[in-house]
Amino acid sequence: MKDIIFNVFILLTVIPCFWVALSSNIVHAAFSLLITLFGIAGLYVLLGADFIGVIQVIVYIGGILVLIIFGVMMTQRGKLLPLSIQLPGKVFGAVLTGVILAALLLVATRSLWPVAVVLGEPQPTSAAIGDLLLGKYLIPFEIASVLLLAALVGAVLIVRRSVRGE
Amino acid sequence: MPYSLPSFLVVSSLLFCLGMYTVLTRRNAIGILMGIELVVNGAGLNFVAFSRFLEPSQTTNLLSGQIFTLFIIAVAAAEVAVALAIVLSLYSRMKTIDVEEFKELRG
Repeated sequence: MKDIIFNVFILLTVIPCFWVALSSNIVHAAFSLLITLFGIAGLYVLLGADFIGVIQVIVYIGGILVLIIFGVMMTQRGKLLPLSIQLPGKVFGAVLTGVILAALLLVATRSLWPVAVVLGEPQPTSAAIGDLLLGKYLIPFEIASVLLLAALVGAVLIVRRSVRGE
Repeated sequence: MPYSLPSFLVVSSLLFCLGMYTVLTRRNAIGILMGIELVVNGAGLNFVAFSRFLEPSQTTNLLSGQIFTLFIIAVAAAEVAVALAIVLSLYSRMKTIDVEEFKELRG
């Protein structure tokens, strides 16, 4: 039963991914990205990372994807541009990607990972993550919050200057 | 696929490579951003998979991988906000988001 659910989430993650890469319609690509991100949230939950799964849904689907769809809506006036480059470049990209994919798959399937013999039962992780963020990882946590603040201010500044400059 | 570490690694490799292909072949700046999101998600999935399956040692905590993924998500959020601001700024200046048109910085 677990394997079936696992494979459903894998398909839910990988198939729309091809659509994101190959679709000729930017709106279709954006909504395929939504399904992919949801599938990844499901995989996180199956890995026992309940907190990360919920954060994935909130931040990616609720935040980043909405931003991307807003961006699509605001920049698609006028004639529709071709979404991808022409054929020679495409072949080059496909070959390069294929080589890297082959190498990654080889490493992923042939390596002897030091895998735990008995997997522990998944425990609730929120409390432990909170402890770690305010203990061992306090400095990176604060740096991340400063980074988010800087990104917020920077984004507003960039857009405002360009609007005023018109 | 069975519920095991290599299955997750295969999925995240696919995510990474499709994202890379998207970045390499898109002309639309927002399409490129979507590719970057796929790459970042592949990396995050890898971290969580390793934190679940690998034998924990004395020096590493089981949750370290999940913490890394949290930071990756935070950085990705910041990155998308700034990138979309740049794209919108470029759009209001050049009236297009076709990256083939942006040649001002080309040497």
